[in-house]
Amino acid sequence: MRVLHGINFGLAPGSVTALLGANGAGKTTTLRALCALVRSQGQITFDGQRIDRLATEDIVRLGIAHVPDGRGTFTHLTTEENLRLGAYVRHDKGEVAADVERVYGYFPRLKERRRQQAGTLSGGEQQMLALARALMLRPRLLLLDEPSFGLAPLLVQEFFKILGQINRSEGVGVLLVEQNAAIALELADHAYVIETGRIVLAGRTDEIKRNEAVRASYLGC
Amino acid sequence: MEELLNQVFAGLATGGIYASLALALVMIYQATQLVNFAQGEMAMFSTYIAWALIQTGVPYWATFFLTVVFSFLLGVAIQYLLLQRIRGQPVLALVVVFIGLLVIFNSLAGWIFTYTIKVFPSPFPAEPPFGQHYVSAHELGATAVTLVLIALLWAFFRFTSLGLAMRAVAQNPVSSRLVGIRVSQMLALGWGLAAAIGSIAGMMAAPIVFLDPNMMSGILLYAFAAALLGGIDSPGGAVFGGFLVGVLENLLGAFVVGNALKLVFALVIIVGVLLVRPSGIFGSVHVTRV
Amino acid sequence: MGTDIMSPIGSWRVFALAALIALACLLPFFISSYHVFQLTLVLVYAIALLGLNILTGYNGQISLGHGAFYAIGAYAAAILMDRFGVPYWLTVPVAGVLCLVVGFLFGLPALRLEGLYLALATFALGVSMPQLLKYKPFEPWTGGVQGIVIVKPDPPWHLPISPDQWLYFFVLAIAGAMFLLAWNLLRGRIGRALVAIRDHPIAASAMGVNTAMYKSLAFGVSAMYTGIAGALGAIAVQFVAPDSFTILLSISLFVGIVVGGLGSIGGALFGALFIEFVPNFAGQISKAAPWAIYGVFLIGLIFVMPMGINWAIRLGWARITSRRRTASAQ
Repeated sequence: MRVLHGINFGLAPGSVTALLGANGAGKTTTLRALCALVRSQGQITFDGQRIDRLATEDIVRLGIAHVPDGRGTFTHLTTEENLRLGAYVRHDKGEVAADVERVYGYFPRLKERRRQQAGTLSGGEQQMLALARALMLRPRLLLLDEPSFGLAPLLVQEFFKILGQINRSEGVGVLLVEQNAAIALELADHAYVIETGRIVLAGRTDEIKRNEAVRASYLGC
Repeated sequence: MEELLNQVFAGLATGGIYASLALALVMIYQATQLVNFAQGEMAMFSTYIAWALIQTGVPYWATFFLTVVFSFLLGVAIQYLLLQRIRGQPVLALVVVFIGLLVIFNSLAGWIFTYTIKVFPSPFPAEPPFGQHYVSAHELGATAVTLVLIALLWAFFRFTSLGLAMRAVAQNPVSSRLVGIRVSQMLALGWGLAAAIGSIAGMMAAPIVFLDPNMMSGILLYAFAAALLGGIDSPGGAVFGGFLVGVLENLLGAFVVGNALKLVFALVIIVGVLLVRPSGIFGSVHVTRV
Repeated sequence: MGTDIMSPIGSWRVFALAALIALACLLPFFISSYHVFQLTLVLVYAIALLGLNILTGYNGQISLGHGAFYAIGAYAAAILMDRFGVPYWLTVPVAGVLCLVVGFLFGLPALRLEGLYLALATFALGVSMPQLLKYKPFEPWTGGVQGIVIVKPDPPWHLPISPDQWLYFFVLAIAGAMFLLAWNLLRGRIGRALVAIRDHPIAASAMGVNTAMYKSLAFGVSAMYTGIAGALGAIAVQFVAPDSFTILLSISLFVGIVVGGLGSIGGALFGALFIEFVPNFAGQISKAAPWAIYGVFLIGLIFVMPMGINWAIRLGWARITSRRRTASAQ
């Protein structure tokens, strides 16, 4: 079933880009297409290399980490095992242990639960675990699909604060799909608005925020 | 009393064999949600390969090692050449392929090695150890081999990166791809391990039941019963189920029902578990859908 | 059906069927008694395969243990004839009714088992059947390991044909009736319900189809067909013994429906020819050869079917219903 009808956009390295839109607009599908979880037509280039014909497993090896909607944690494995899996494709096994500690630095709550089964963690903790696992890849680009979904507002704030920290200190690019436009626009440098499979608005966040249509539909003011 | 002990120890020995085969079945079920009907015949075929090697003079433990490696490769080949191509097809198609494999391995063994019953050596001495007469050396040895095998597998899954990846694939194939695990490789690994485990079960069983192309069909039935009883998605359950079924079979056979209905006993367990508690004792799967 | 006979495809089909029936009636007078016996067995297997097809092809319930129902029918006939002196022709309907009931009863718990697990449970049934048949306490009836020998019936009314030929026509008549019954059942409401349950079980029950009843009935009818085949087979072979009814029989029946075509009635005949004559010819090369061939066919067919096994089933199903569709479209 064809969901996207001509999506065209680019990401600046190290920037945070938000993909906004209502439910069913095609935001999640766009992310999935980038990782080859769904079939797509057209070109996708990453750092000068075409990746649209690659398999998901190879795209991961290029440094793209996808945090799917629903988090995708391995619920029957422990927190720490989830993190170890995040580093599965890395060759520098010696650094992995150090990275685990670094990631615990961002998410101290996960360290407390390191030996717990991931399925027993709360929603907010699982979201953090999903991001932490993605970080274990040492990615150059993070794809996040609706991270705020189902989280209490305080947790959302905390999560996005950490996300901002990560983006600034590690220089990791972020492509963020969100229904919660307000919080996404706080963090993002650029934004695109998708409606029924097409981009209807694009630009720098300050421009987008001033746009009347966006304010009415997505910011509620 | 002596008879009871004899039966219990014999039951533990055959139980170990059932546990090993059940473990192979569970491993494939965990990875693919499929029941490998051909597991018994693959194990039998591997045992014949071992027999052939021994006939040409290769010493027992070298044969053992080579057979395990051969079986591993066989399992990997089956996954890559056959099963990978039919992933996603309906259950009936998969059952057809499994039955096809069952029949091919059975007939290959019969064709190459003929149907005459052969003797398969045990690596353990003929006299019972320590001068007692409750358990034979082979029974003790086979049980020990099973336990070592289980321990090695447990360690593999718990402590190695590959084992972790296999567990991940069994639970959540999509997330596994998102961390870069090549799912088909892990499936091949799973099939290889299952085939290797099956070959060990066959080599431990053959000295007891003698080598002939139909030797594993009863054992396979017991392994199914054991795996279901323990929990089709629980390796620990499969092991427990195997030993339990082995001991029960012997006790019931010796003291209650007689040996004539052993397979019916397995049938009753299988149907009983599926109807009463499909997830088995330790499993967590919902076996029946809406 | 009137409009169909007018259409060129329809009349071709009727002609082909008539020619086939004529051939079937004339053939026994031109071939040896052994070949007549073989053809009788082909018809017997065709009835059994029809039964299995109703269950697995149309209703999607996988049975790897149908040899058990064949055995029940066979032993029923043998015991009635040998121990109770019942005439051979009466044993057939009795075997049918017995297996209908047993099959239905088996179908009730089977309702709770899906796909692979039903295959597993029926596989277990198929493997353990010989042991049940050999069980000592049953020996006065079953004859234990030795089994039971039956006397071949003589042709009635002093007809000038050999017993083998008479048996052939007897089986042919029953086969014809069974095929007609199946054709009628499957092309109508019942057939559609069975297929709907196979493909969209939730939707079917939401639309008011009594899924449980149909599925258990499918089991019963399927067992009835195979049981009738078993009874006829026992009379033809004149012998029943536990080791004739191992898991290999169940697997042969399974091979028969897969090779013959899972959704077609005519396929039962083709499958029966396959499982009767492949062992005959290939068995001369080696005891193992027929099974190797079965295995290669099973796996090969799965790979060769361009759109998977369901496509093949639907194709067969479409052939049966197309007549009705063309009729109703006009």
